[in-house]
This record gives sequence, structure tokens and C-alpha cells, in this order.
Amino acid sequence: MNVLKKPRWSPYVIGAGIGVLSWITFGVMHKALGVSTTFVRVAGLIGSIFSSGHIKANAYYERYLITQAAVDWQMLLVIGLFVGALISSLLGKSRIKETVPELWASKFGRSKAGRYVGAFIGGILVLIGARLAGGCTSGHGISGGMQYAIGSWVFFVTFFVAGLATAFALYGKEGRNHV
Amino acid sequence: MFRFDTPLNLVLGLVTGLVFGFLLQRGAVSRYRVILGQFLWANHTMLRVMLTAVVVGAIGIFAMRQIWGDAVPLHVKSATILGNAIGGIIFGIGMVVLGYCPGTGVAAMGEGSRHAVFGVLGMLAGAAIYAELHAAMKGSILKVADLGKVTLVDKTGASPWVFVLASAVIAVVVFALLHKRDQAASPGQEGT
Repeated sequence: MNVLKKPRWSPYVIGAGIGVLSWITFGVMHKALGVSTTFVRVAGLIGSIFSSGHIKANAYYERYLITQAAVDWQMLLVIGLFVGALISSLLGKSRIKETVPELWASKFGRSKAGRYVGAFIGGILVLIGARLAGGCTSGHGISGGMQYAIGSWVFFVTFFVAGLATAFALYGKEGRNHV
Repeated sequence: MFRFDTPLNLVLGLVTGLVFGFLLQRGAVSRYRVILGQFLWANHTMLRVMLTAVVVGAIGIFAMRQIWGDAVPLHVKSATILGNAIGGIIFGIGMVVLGYCPGTGVAAMGEGSRHAVFGVLGMLAGAAIYAELHAAMKGSILKVADLGKVTLVDKTGASPWVFVLASAVIAVVVFALLHKRDQAASPGQEGT
């Protein structure tokens, strides 16, 4: 049990763990780790409460909500992701109630509302980018990367370079003092 | 009108997610400062996790395919190169503004981060916006340089083990360089 209480594990152990988890999802479940499609399904399910006609008329939602199971393996994976992180943070006593990160505050101030709006806008960009690219850090970056999929490596390299450029444009080298 | 997956698949998905979420949190990659530290080239936890996952994953998957062939199918996504690239750029910008990707954002909520909640809500809004744009993207960006579901192995006709070996060597070299750099830079602790 001691190792479960150790708050941090080596990044190599974590990476190897995700790799071995992928063996099981590929070999036994015939699935690949991925997250971002679930956001389309949840958005569509929420939308259908207000206007099911609009959702049904959209071919993109139709593909994920009607042609395929609306509540699927990956949606449960995302729920598990939340619970798994919760369990880990409780066992390792490493819970966090972050509202405004230091780095953000150094540039944009300590307003919670400001940070929440920033996070919301960042989230919009993340999902638009992921869906246009066809996957996110999990589906393209990790699962696609290990299959040497060409589109996934294009995504991996472009998001990483765009991230570096954005981070240095926003915070510069001095930002390193806040991370 | 909406269907559920089989109970077995739902349970397997939940268990997979529990392990995945546990690992992301325990590896500190569900932390804003670790992810921004990566993009400021100050903390290389994220790169170490991703490259190790790719190499270890590839070894097992191609070993299973060596033994069982297509009984262990691949799950390759389309190489719509322009879409992958423009999507990647938008994703990279958003990930730095937010400080999380979709998986780590959900994991961050699990460990208690408050601003991650607004990030995840933004992701839902982003998904809804993209659903309205998809038809237009399909007729434009996603038509350019569409190579289909293709891998480097298909494209070159080489043995997958060439790529496994190459990626393992690249990963080891990168890790060695990063290790040297960390030791030269500061003895400070990483990843907490």
C-alpha cells in the first residue's frame, strides 16, 4: 500500500503504465485511448434536451449519437478518468484547490473571474482544435503516436510547436519563475 | 433514440478510465504548472510521459500483431494533413491558455482544481461550436491533403520494428539530453 500513498511516481513509470494500459485496450478491448469525442457526445446530449430536432439534423452529431452508441466505452472512460484522479489525489494526499495559477496571475492578475473566463476560452480552442484535427493528446498524441499514424504525428508536432510559441509569446522566459 | 454500449464495454471503459486518471494525477501531468512548465521548456514531465507511453505502447501492440495478426486491429485516425495541422495549432494555443488538454482537464477536476471546471465547460462549448462548423470543414480544410488512415509503416512498406527501434532510440537520446540539462540547470525538484 505504501507505493499507492507515495504522492508522485516517476514520469517513466507513468508513461510505461499508459503504454501497458494501451496493450490491454488494443489487445483485449479492441479500443484505443481517447477523450475528445466524448465532449461531442455530451454536448449533443445536452443540446438534445433543448432542441432534439436540431441535433438530429446535424450529420456530425448523428454519427456519434445515432449511428454509434451515444453512451459508449469512451464516455465511461472519461467518467473513470475523473474518479481515478480523485482516488489518486486522496490516497496520495495531493489534492489541490487551484483557482488562479501563479503563472497566469503574473501576467493577467489575480481575478478569479478573469481566470475562469480565460480557462473557458482556452477550453473552446482546445476542443475546436481537437475535433478539426480528429483527436487530442490522448487519441492522436499517445494512441496515434504508438501506431506511427501520419496524421497523429503531424498533430503532435504542430500542437507542441504552437504551444511553445504561445507560451513564450504570453509569458516569456521570465514565466519560468512561476512554474 | 440514444443507445447505450454493451454493459461489458461500459465497465471496461470505466476501469480503463480509472487507471488512466490515476496515472495522470500521480504523474502530476494533471497540473497546470507542469503542463505550462513543459511549454516554457522548464519541466519535461509531459514529454517524458508521452514518449515513454508511445514507445512502450508500440512494443506491445506490434508484438501482439506479430503473434495474432489482425486479431489485434489497429485504430488509425485519418491523415487529413491540413486539418491535423490547423487543428494542432488551435489546440496548442488553447492548451497554453487553459493549461490542460481534454484528458488532463478532466483529471484536474478530479483532483480538485477549480479553474479546470471552467476549462471543461469551455471544451463542451467548443465541441458544440465545432459540430456546427464540421460540414463546412469537410468541404474545405478536411479535403486538402487527405491521405486516409495511413501510418508510416504502410507508407514505407518497412517492418514496424524499424519504427519501434527508431522511436526507442530517439526517446532514450531525448531523455538523456533532458536529464543532463536538468542537472546543469538546477537541482530543484520537478513535477510536484
